[in-house]
Amino acid sequence: MGGDPTVTEPGHIHLDQSRSPARILLLGDWTLAHYSHLCRQLEQHAEPPQPATIELHHVGALDTAGAALLARWLGATELERLAAAEEELPAERRNLLQAIATAHRTATRAGPTSPSGNPLAETLAGIGRITEHAYQQITLGLGFSGQVLHVLAGGLLRPWRWRLSAVSRQLQHTALEAIPIVALLTFAIGAVIALLGISLLGRFDAEIFAVDLVTYAFLREFGVVITAILLAGRSASAFAAQIGSMKANEEIDALRTQGLDPVDLLVAPRVVAMLIALPLLTVVGVLAGIAGGSLVIATSVDITYARIIGLVQEAPLEYYLAGLAKAPIFAYIIAVIGCLEGFKCGGSAQSVGQHTTSAVVQSIFWVIILNAAAALFFLEVGW
Amino acid sequence: MSDDTSTRPMIEVRSLVNRLGGATIHDGLDLDVHAGEILGLVGGSGSGKSVLLRSLAGLQRPTAGTIRIDARPMQEDAHQCATSHCIGVLFQRGALYSSLTIADNVALVLIEQAGLRRSEARALARIKLALTGLGPEAGNQYPAELSGGMIKRAALARALALSPKILFLDEPTAGLDPISAAAFDRLLVTLRDSLGLTVFLVTHDLDTLYAACDRIAVLARRRVLATGTVEEIEAIEDDWVESYFHGPRGRAARQARERA
Repeated sequence: MGGDPTVTEPGHIHLDQSRSPARILLLGDWTLAHYSHLCRQLEQHAEPPQPATIELHHVGALDTAGAALLARWLGATELERLAAAEEELPAERRNLLQAIATAHRTATRAGPTSPSGNPLAETLAGIGRITEHAYQQITLGLGFSGQVLHVLAGGLLRPWRWRLSAVSRQLQHTALEAIPIVALLTFAIGAVIALLGISLLGRFDAEIFAVDLVTYAFLREFGVVITAILLAGRSASAFAAQIGSMKANEEIDALRTQGLDPVDLLVAPRVVAMLIALPLLTVVGVLAGIAGGSLVIATSVDITYARIIGLVQEAPLEYYLAGLAKAPIFAYIIAVIGCLEGFKCGGSAQSVGQHTTSAVVQSIFWVIILNAAAALFFLEVGW
Repeated sequence: MSDDTSTRPMIEVRSLVNRLGGATIHDGLDLDVHAGEILGLVGGSGSGKSVLLRSLAGLQRPTAGTIRIDARPMQEDAHQCATSHCIGVLFQRGALYSSLTIADNVALVLIEQAGLRRSEARALARIKLALTGLGPEAGNQYPAELSGGMIKRAALARALALSPKILFLDEPTAGLDPISAAAFDRLLVTLRDSLGLTVFLVTHDLDTLYAACDRIAVLARRRVLATGTVEEIEAIEDDWVESYFHGPRGRAARQARERA
C-alpha cells in the first residue's frame, strides 16, 4: 500500500495486472470538482476486466457526486458489497457509499414511463389534449358566464341587494380613470385616419369625404373597438390580477366557507361597472376620434369647422346605434373573461401572471372576432 | 462523533453584533458549532434566530464581530460565500424555483457552478433527490404540485447539491404534519451520519430538538444564553428556558423520546 500514488490528484482508475486476479485501484479525489474528468475516466473503463478485485479505500476525498458516479459504474449492489467488504474503509465513508447506493437504487427505479416514440401517435395525442383542453375551457367559460348572468338576473329584481358602493368603486377604476387614455388614443387615431383619407381622397379632389370617413369609421367601428381593446388591456388584466391574488391568498375560499358567493361579491360589481363604463367611454372615444379627425381636416384642407360639424350631423343615427349596441356585449365579454381568469389562478405568483396575460389576450381576441362577426351581420341585414 | 475532527469548530462566532434599523438584535454573541453535530437554535419569537442564521449563511453582513466557517473567515459578500461551496441553506418555505422542475431545481447549481453537462447534472440531481427520499417520479414535477413535506425534501436536496459541509435549516419542520416532521428529523440524522454534515437548525419544534439535535443553543437577551445537550439546557434555571422546556409541549416531547 505504501507504494500507492498520492491522493491529492483528480480521481482516476489504476489497473494493476501484476497479480492475479487483477486489481483495480481507485485513486485520487472523487469529488464534484473533477466530475467531468471522472466521467471520462469511467467511460474509458466502461467494462471492468474480469476477474478483478476493486479497491475503494485508496480514494482520497469522496463526496456524494463521486460516490454517485461509482454507483453508476459498479451498480448499487456491487458498491454496497464492496463498501461492506473493505475493512480499510473508514466508517463515515462506508455510510456515505451505502447511502448513495440506496439512493442510486431509488433514483434508477423504473421511472415515469416515457411517452411512446411514435411521432404520429404523439402528434395525435397532442391534438387530443389541446382539443380536450379547449373544450373544457369553453365549458368552463360558458358555465361561469351562466353563473354571472344568474346572479345578475337575481339581483335585478332585488334593488336592496345592489352593491352600489362596490360598483361605484369599480366604476372609478374602469371608467373615470380611463377617460384620459381613451380620449387621447382615439383622438390620435382619428387624426391619423383623417390624414390617410385626405391623402387618398385628395387624388380625386374629394378631400371633403375625409370627414365622412372619420365620422362613419368612429361611429360604427373604431369608437367602440378601440375603447374595448383599451379596457381589455386595462381592466381585464386588473380583474384577473385582483381576483387571482385573492385566490392565491385563499381569500376566495374564505368567502365560500362563510357562505358568501364570490361571484355575487366580486364578479357582479365588476361586470356591472364594465357594462356602464364601456358604453360611456365609447361615447368619449367617438367624440375624441371625430375631434381629432376634424382638427386635421380643418387645418390641412380649406374647410371650416361649421361645415365639418354639419357633415358630421348628417351621418345616420343607425350607424351610431349599431356601434353603441356592441358596447355592452364587449363589456360583458371583457369583464367575464377577466374575472374567470382570476378564478383559474393557482396558488403561485407565477400563475397570477400567466392568467393576467391570458385574460388580456383572450378578451382582445374575442372583441375583434365578435366585431368582425357583427360587421358581417349588419352588412347582411342591411343596417 | 466529533472526536475525529480537528479542534477548530466548524462554525465559530465571536462577539457578533447585529443592528437592524436602530434595534440591536445581537450584542456580543458567541457560538461554536462542532463538525458533525446537529445544533438546534431555540429562542422566542423576535429573538433574532433568523437574523443569526442569515448572518451565518452570508446573507447579511454583521455590524461587528467575526464569523469563521470551516476555519476561514466569512467573506465580505454573500455571493463569494455561496461560491465557496461549503454551505447549503434550506429556507423555511423551501424557496424552490417555481419555474423549474424539482430535478432542475437541484441541477441548476450543478450546471451553473460546478460546470456539469445538463444530462450529467440531471442524473446527479436524481441521486440527491433519492438521498432525501424522493423517487424519480417527483423529479419531473413542479414545486406547485408538491406537498409541504416533499417541498422540504426537494429543498434539502437542492441545499445538498454541491455536497456542502454545513447545512443551515430554517424551521425545517414548520408546517409539516407530525408524521412528516418525524420522518424529516430521522432523515436529517441519517444524512448527517452518512454524509458527515454539520447541521445548524433554527426550530420551534420541540420534537426536533429531542429527536435530532445533539446540542441546543438558547438565544435570549441578544446573546447565546447557553449551549449544551437537552438535559443540560433543561437544568438551567432561567424563566424562559423553564417555561419553554417544562411546559406541556416540552413534557410531551421528552416523554416521546423516552418511549422511543
